[in-house]
Amino acid sequence: MHTFAVRSLTRRHRSGDKVVVANDRIDLDVPAGEVFGILGPNGAGKTTLVRQLMGLLRPHEGSIELFGHDVVARPDLPARLVAYLGQSDLALAELPVVTAVETTARMRGLTRSAARAERDAVLDELELAGVADRPLGKISGGQRRLACVATALVGARPVLVLDEPTTGLDPRSRRAVWAALRRRRDESGVTVVLITHNVLEAETVLDRVAVLDTGRVIACDTPGRLKALVDADVRLELAWREDPPEDDPTVRWLGLDARRAGRRWTVRMPPERAREALALLTSGPAFAALDDFSLATPSLEDVYLSLGGTSRDLERT
Amino acid sequence: MTVAPVARGGLPTTPARVARAQAAILDGAAMPAGAASATASATAGALAVDAVDAVASGVPVVPALPGRTPFPAAFVAVYRGQLSRGRVARMPLMFVATLQSVGILLLLRGVVSVSDVRTCAQVVAGCTVLVVAFVALNLLAQRFGALRAAGALDYYLTLPIPGTAVVLGTAASYATFATPGVVVTAFTGALLFDLPLSGLWILAPVALLAGASLAGIGAAAGLLAPRPELATVAGQLGMSIVLFLGIIPADRLPGVGWLVRDALPSSYAVDALTETFLPAVRWGVVALDLGVCALVALATLAVAAGALRRAGTA
Repeated sequence: MHTFAVRSLTRRHRSGDKVVVANDRIDLDVPAGEVFGILGPNGAGKTTLVRQLMGLLRPHEGSIELFGHDVVARPDLPARLVAYLGQSDLALAELPVVTAVETTARMRGLTRSAARAERDAVLDELELAGVADRPLGKISGGQRRLACVATALVGARPVLVLDEPTTGLDPRSRRAVWAALRRRRDESGVTVVLITHNVLEAETVLDRVAVLDTGRVIACDTPGRLKALVDADVRLELAWREDPPEDDPTVRWLGLDARRAGRRWTVRMPPERAREALALLTSGPAFAALDDFSLATPSLEDVYLSLGGTSRDLERT
Repeated sequence: MTVAPVARGGLPTTPARVARAQAAILDGAAMPAGAASATASATAGALAVDAVDAVASGVPVVPALPGRTPFPAAFVAVYRGQLSRGRVARMPLMFVATLQSVGILLLLRGVVSVSDVRTCAQVVAGCTVLVVAFVALNLLAQRFGALRAAGALDYYLTLPIPGTAVVLGTAASYATFATPGVVVTAFTGALLFDLPLSGLWILAPVALLAGASLAGIGAAAGLLAPRPELATVAGQLGMSIVLFLGIIPADRLPGVGWLVRDALPSSYAVDALTETFLPAVRWGVVALDLGVCALVALATLAVAAGALRRAGTA
């Protein structure tokens, strides 16, 4: 039994006098007990997709099943089984962190003592105990987002749907969130559906990922298998201290294929050629102009681009 | 599809819980050490047959559906949450609302003759209900308009609570701040216009019912208005209508004013409060007016709950 079974999901919206297809015949299966990611650039239709999964939007075509229940026919159902984290926190904006987390737990049906216990446990887990009594509006943006993640984690729901939970978080807080999600998956078999546009997050925490581009799923598999799709090309990155000498033949043929961002060049090529290029560069006159270089195996961003992704919006931090 | 054992305590069972319960049964022990849920012992017995069947047959366990959180718990949770929002911003607003009504009372004191008891009573009652209208129509319309514009209604719509709990909980949190203003206005008016203070206990049900009925309208206006600025305007307009039709005595209104007055829920609250200021109180009429208020409150809250669903899923 899959947590979510999505078939031919289509949703359109009007933009001016044009009709934009936000989700175009999407088919997805989210197995239970997995951290499932939805990766894509801004405007790919990720938020529209999860809002339909939560019964907040009605699909124009297609079906969604949550543990076998028809979500389109009963849009009130996801609220009972799923804990959702959206992008806006205005509803909780001026509440103290403890009150926000506790009242959300109470609204999920917990008794007062259970709510308090879970609230304390989650705040400790995410290291928010220090700002627990301060209103959400008076803490930093990252801590505010962390507090909102805390409201999604109370109540021990079997499914979590999180829309960009780690936006604005520093690396330490991000790891705390990932650890919390992994813990719930491992100990309680919780299914997590996570939206992200950050490739590093996708590679670190996801069991499987669906890559979205302009409303379509262009790939859906484990990060490892997706990366294997991009042959064995490696990514060579060069950072130049000053303008590289154009008379160097290595520099010239690298420059033909390179994607340039100021003085940073990125080239993809088979590993042997990359080794050769590096050997030539480091032993030639261009070495003086080279500030830094790195060699990396393909990332999900390369997967996305090679599958026809058109945006340059994916982050890699 | 196998349905898992019934959830208790609002927490759906998950495969791990079922496995623990099954382990307890198979071991023959009373309770597995470290069982997290306090209700595990109560449910262990009930889980017995189903859990063994489900896990033994190798079919994956599907979590049972937790029930919706009942209205009282949801209302209290929303109320407590909204109440804890910064008080600093709301005190000035309450001050303004009270000042507005007291100002109108002072103004009309110079115009209305104290001997016309019925008119005096109506004026005081109207000004008192006006404070309630300020909160319920104005502030609530603004709040829900802002929530909708920010896409923040998703938070409430993805929790298993009734929409009426959201509307009433939010309204009640604002009303708590309005209470002093309502009391001050009523007392000031009664003293200014030489009216008896004995019936003023009626303020409680009047303010409550007027507040609930107007809150439904205010919330609906905020949720359905296409832009938050329009929601604010609608709230202001509503408050002005309540001011006009509530304070001007009914017999002095022009023809069409009668119709609109009858349609406005606050009018019944004003009438009920007016009655209690008169020398010979007709409690039957008061009860009738409050009854109509209550019915209208139920209707407008249902409308607001529907608007909540609609606005959030646009």
